[in-house]
Amino acid sequence: MADSMKTTAEVMLDVLYESGIRHVFGIPGGNSIPIYDALTHHPLELVLTRHEQGATHMADGYARSTGQPGVVCVTSGPGATNTLTGILTAMMDSVPLVVITGQSVTPNIGLDAFQEADVLGMSFPAVKHSYMVTNPNDISRIIREALHIATSGRPGPVLIDIPKDVSATMIEPPEASEYDLPGYKAPPVAKEEDLKNAASLMKRSLRPVIMAGHGVILSGAEEELRSIAETMDIPVVTTLLGKGGFPDTHELSLGMPGMHGTAYANKALSNADLIVAIGARWDDRITGVPERFCPNARKVHFDIDPVEINKIIPVDCAVSGDAKASLAALIPHLEKGETTRWIKQVNRWRRDYPLKYRKEGKLRAQHIIEELADMAGPKAVACTDVGQHQMWSAQFIKSENGKNWLTSGGAGTMGFGLPAAIGAQLARPKDVVYTVVGDGSFQMTLCELATAAVQKLPIKILVVNNRYLGMVRQWQHLFYEDRLTGVDLDGNPDFMKLATAYGIKGFRVKRSSDVRKTLKAALDWNEGPCIIEAVVEQHDNVFPMVPAGATLDEMIIEAPRSKRGMGE
Amino acid sequence: MSESIKHTISLLVSNKPGVLTRVALVFARRGFNIDSLVVSQGQTEEFSRMNIEATGDTRTLHLMLAQLNRLVDVIHAVEHDSSNVIQRELALFKVTCPPEKRTEVLQIAETFRSQTVDISDDSITLQVTGKSSKVNAFRQMMSPFGILELVRTGKVLMSRGATITA
Repeated sequence: MADSMKTTAEVMLDVLYESGIRHVFGIPGGNSIPIYDALTHHPLELVLTRHEQGATHMADGYARSTGQPGVVCVTSGPGATNTLTGILTAMMDSVPLVVITGQSVTPNIGLDAFQEADVLGMSFPAVKHSYMVTNPNDISRIIREALHIATSGRPGPVLIDIPKDVSATMIEPPEASEYDLPGYKAPPVAKEEDLKNAASLMKRSLRPVIMAGHGVILSGAEEELRSIAETMDIPVVTTLLGKGGFPDTHELSLGMPGMHGTAYANKALSNADLIVAIGARWDDRITGVPERFCPNARKVHFDIDPVEINKIIPVDCAVSGDAKASLAALIPHLEKGETTRWIKQVNRWRRDYPLKYRKEGKLRAQHIIEELADMAGPKAVACTDVGQHQMWSAQFIKSENGKNWLTSGGAGTMGFGLPAAIGAQLARPKDVVYTVVGDGSFQMTLCELATAAVQKLPIKILVVNNRYLGMVRQWQHLFYEDRLTGVDLDGNPDFMKLATAYGIKGFRVKRSSDVRKTLKAALDWNEGPCIIEAVVEQHDNVFPMVPAGATLDEMIIEAPRSKRGMGE
Repeated sequence: MSESIKHTISLLVSNKPGVLTRVALVFARRGFNIDSLVVSQGQTEEFSRMNIEATGDTRTLHLMLAQLNRLVDVIHAVEHDSSNVIQRELALFKVTCPPEKRTEVLQIAETFRSQTVDISDDSITLQVTGKSSKVNAFRQMMSPFGILELVRTGKVLMSRGATITA
């Protein structure tokens, strides 16, 4: 055997490393041992997780906070199926991931062998693309294609299933070969005619609003967006995933629109005569019933993915292409319109309907979230889980950079917050990383405390504890006559003892007056992760709220002053 | 509400395992029922051509086509109307045919330029080719005799002239 021969697994790791990958997230099993064996003497760093779902969210957080693809390596069967939630999360939010799954030896595939499952088949509806490696000599091309597909165009997850006999085969490392992707379409390029049409609609509009989505951040179009908003004097709403693509602190920013958006963002959309969506996909949490969504506004849509055009909302003008390139090409066509009166109106709404909560008395989730964001500063990476605390975070954390705001939007995956923060902290060791989680969502992936602890990652884990699955409780309270079922989290662990069990620092805060003192101590603690348990008002609800099926102008702006449980 | 009609869609796809599943999943997720499906290797072995007839909501057809085109293994997917494509189908009919009915059956078969491919004491098997509408008409004519078995290839398409079928 020639000295130059390597296992397929080693060649795979070499190609990943040469492509700029430095971390692999995962946990091994029988059918991925050849890959883990190759990791023993490889410069790629293994981040050992405690669960495969955690591995995918870590890779996801790594990718979102840097723009670089995240790589996961797990075993077959249950190891692989455990990644599906993380893969769906990445698919829904256009995050570049490469997920490598071990598989049974080739002769056993399809025979119900131990830990064998049709992972390739299961992947189909949830990935951008997926592979089964049958010929070891394809490995180099497949890895390079997978990274290319994951990161180009509209990013997304790619799965690679590798049978154990294939990963263990000795091969001569192949020369770099061309991609074999005849069906992978290059992203469209904005047509001059569409750009002119968009510019003309924007100039003529008296009440325009820009709706900036994740596409702005993914394509790095922040500067172009800002330049357009400022020169045209157009207010900007940012979607949950577009947050930070336009600074929340900017005087033209109206924050997040939609179900739990700010009243002024929703009023602006409801009264607009033109909505310009940029890299935003008219998600149902914003548009509600499509036929009733802002029927009097014309709509312009900039998107890189042709599937999104006219998918939910029929648009008057579609510009297909990369957001940054399209906006740069749009700028020369723009002429400032007349928006002075509109801006005054929007600012009146902003003044009349501010987001608010009470800082006195019982501790409010909003209070500690806003203080933490304020004290951590705009350079910190904020992660969230999914639920009420996520909406309050979206409302009260001021973000100036999309890569500093990580949240599971499309899939709404509870359990995302902690592992995403681990990925972000590994990718950006010098930055402060904090994650806001609910007591419910935290428990879905809290086994990853061990991963954070062993890596000594100084993540601030703010557990907003209302001892409820708060968002479901809110719905049951408001729309099911307060018939609460399955939402009382009686039996929660003692989070301070939990911290002790993992050998990490714990802080508990119950009173509003202690918030700053506790947060200061937590932010100063840098020897490893810490849990900050905030015992908050149990029955607080997220407002404003647009009830399901209602239009944005039918939102409930604040809690009615009435019986118990309304939180005011 | 929705307007469900039959659509004829052709695809050029990579000739690899799993591609049919990926394509079929898009139809299923959009609520399109596949009425007929023809898949075969095309002029080169890297690619396969699929001709699919499917019933579903006309208003969302554009979305399904975009979703099909988004698949990495799909080179392209388009809908066809009947105006400039050649469309053919082949069908085999096994019909009850005692000796006293043979002449009558064969006369009808002759009208449709159908070929007799098998014959027994009580049955006859006929092959008919042409547009799907012709196959439908043949079926109607054979029904009174009693169709024992019927198999159709589904619609096979190709553009007229020098245009390459997309």
